[in-house]
Amino acid sequence: MSRVAVLKGGRSLEREVSLRSGARVEDALKRLGHEAIGIDVDHDLVRRLRELAPDVCFVALHGRDGEDGTVQELLEILGLPYTGSGVSACIRCADKVLAKHDMVDAGLPTPDFVAFTETAFKQLGAAEALGEIAERIGFPMVVKPADQGSALGLRIAGDAGEVPGALVAALSYSAKVLLERHVAGRDLAVSVLDGAALPIVEAVPEGGLYDFDARYEIGRSTFVCPADLPDEVTARAQQLAVAVHELLGCRDVSRVDLLCDADGGLHVLEVNVVPGLTGTSLLPQAADAAGIAFDDLIARLVDRASARGRAIA
Amino acid sequence: MPVSRRPQRAAAHELERYAGLFASRTRAMKSSAMRDLMAITERPEVISLAGGLPDTSTFPAESFAAIMSRVAATSTAAALQYGPTEGLAITKDAIRHVMAAEGAEVDPEDILVTTGGQQVIDLVCKTLIDPGDVIVAEAPTYPGAIPSFCSYQADVVQIEMDRDGMPIDVLEQTLDRLEREGRRPKFIYTIPNFQNPGGVTMSLPRRRRLVEVAAERELVVLEDNPYGLLRYEGEPLPTLLQLSGGDFIIYLGTFSKILSAGLRLGWAVAPAPVLQKMNMGKQGADLCSSSLTQHFVSQYFREGQWEPYLHSLRGLYRGRRDTLLGALTEHFPAEATWTQPEGGLFVWATLPTEIDTTDLLARALQRNVAFVPGRGAYLDGRGGSSMRLNFSGVGEADIREGVRRIGEVIGEQLELFGALTGARPAPTAPEREAAPLADPELADVLHLPRQQAGEARRTADRRTR
Repeated sequence: MSRVAVLKGGRSLEREVSLRSGARVEDALKRLGHEAIGIDVDHDLVRRLRELAPDVCFVALHGRDGEDGTVQELLEILGLPYTGSGVSACIRCADKVLAKHDMVDAGLPTPDFVAFTETAFKQLGAAEALGEIAERIGFPMVVKPADQGSALGLRIAGDAGEVPGALVAALSYSAKVLLERHVAGRDLAVSVLDGAALPIVEAVPEGGLYDFDARYEIGRSTFVCPADLPDEVTARAQQLAVAVHELLGCRDVSRVDLLCDADGGLHVLEVNVVPGLTGTSLLPQAADAAGIAFDDLIARLVDRASARGRAIA
Repeated sequence: MPVSRRPQRAAAHELERYAGLFASRTRAMKSSAMRDLMAITERPEVISLAGGLPDTSTFPAESFAAIMSRVAATSTAAALQYGPTEGLAITKDAIRHVMAAEGAEVDPEDILVTTGGQQVIDLVCKTLIDPGDVIVAEAPTYPGAIPSFCSYQADVVQIEMDRDGMPIDVLEQTLDRLEREGRRPKFIYTIPNFQNPGGVTMSLPRRRRLVEVAAERELVVLEDNPYGLLRYEGEPLPTLLQLSGGDFIIYLGTFSKILSAGLRLGWAVAPAPVLQKMNMGKQGADLCSSSLTQHFVSQYFREGQWEPYLHSLRGLYRGRRDTLLGALTEHFPAEATWTQPEGGLFVWATLPTEIDTTDLLARALQRNVAFVPGRGAYLDGRGGSSMRLNFSGVGEADIREGVRRIGEVIGEQLELFGALTGARPAPTAPEREAAPLADPELADVLHLPRQQAGEARRTADRRTR
């Protein structure tokens, strides 16, 4: 039996989702016979962790602070073993721009893009380059915050007139905005656990755009797992996910979101280092399809972190 | 050989199995990204102008203790027991006091005590709405009513308000149109006093006409009146209930804003046949409202403290409203408009159309300030440039600071939009002179637009760009 601190909540825009992920993890840990202590991450995080002296920290934080390496850095300093990826992988994945640059450099497929900060528009006149950007990326164009995990702030601009509004929206959530070529295709999520790809989950949205509501609400999307794809496409998507997971230095678990176009071409959108663990989340579905029950999934993640803790000690 | 416990395809996933069990009405239940933004507003460092909270911190703790000990001394057994579905007679006495202050004489037989005013909305829908039936509501409407309307699968038609509330001629045209289309509305939902979220009050001529329309067309009006006694200026207007004599009006009252929201006590006054059905609906929902809180209310009214307390609340909220309106003049851009409520808890502000208030909230939360984005008050995606600001829940210093921060993020959004389009010069800090709000002619432009003012507004818009 270990004492496991479940870090959840916090101030990110995915607070609600994180609280639900965290609660499910705590339940699983208790069933597994561990002592589970939920911590809604706040100003007193360090003090509480010092007092608790947990054997392992389970990171169930999504979005800013929890997924971008901030909390991981703190846990490193405190010498506490934690689940999932280390600091540098978190930083690379949380910043979609950085992740995409790495993928492009490694020759892995990701939709064409450009990225700018708010400062570039306000002080460097980047707006005057919008014409060239449009020419390069084309319409419809996806405009999204560079470091949000959910669909908050994501807009699809159908023409040049819609770009400024979309940029203002995206920049409300992040200091950096990503303008990306829109790829029409099927939404696939490939979870990677211990270096191996799990069965693929396809999200079939009710409305069309796989938006924030659909992502987290039971009954708003239909999930198909394993996704109904030709074997060859499934194999390629799984290989690609593992390649991306390794390229970005992810550890234990990640979820690679990609699109499959009409010709079977694959395009990686982003990598989540702390995938959701709610009742509607994709990682638990994929694990389930692979015969790994939720409790087993949590046990494996905790065991990996414990092993690292022992290695340090 | 072990039998595989799951078929190959994912229909078998746990989630999908539950999804198959859900009633079709859950598909209409709405939830939004806003909920996740709002989750952050509860954190202590956030100045929240988002809630609709009465300030319960001013209720004297010693009064609370005294009332509770008197309830304990005289009625422990009864307070811990079930009560009648329609509510305790002692509660109805208190309700009659409140209704008298609103100017209406009410027979206790016509009252149903409910678990908050919200339950009245639910019970009215339960009683009147079949899937697809029409509810006519104001635009914007109370965001908290929308989940009730949706869960009964109502078809909600919203009527844009102006500074005098719902325009009844537009209502009549809408009713005619619905009739031509073979859709009969079941009820009209209105908050005539200091509307939530609009902050406007329905004029007396419109009240009179609304009551006539309801009787002529044999349509029910649900009159939601949580704030009627929280008037800070101007003469009180008669309730629809009073004007109609009770026919075709369901009146919703609550102790939430004049005493305590935590008590969860409200009431309905309705025509006997409707009240009877609502009573049956309530039996199914919760048998009866809390006897404990009913005893608390009754004891509180018996001690005669409610009017002085209400008076103190009016003074407190009047000051906060004035602070909010002053801060808006100081910190919001010149193109913004907002309502000037004579009472209640809310101001409705509308920003230049290029601002999306849901996105603005994300930016505002980074500065630890929150409001309710306007989209939540519409069912059709409108309201994207508007916001609801509450002035009852936080103190004057926080209101000033909160509005200053919101003004700052609006300025940033406008500056960014200007940089992106070249259409708008980057505005400097909004340090213009405060408009003399006392001048009623000038104040007009800050109200919700008058009916048929659309043309004029569009002209004005062009001028400001």
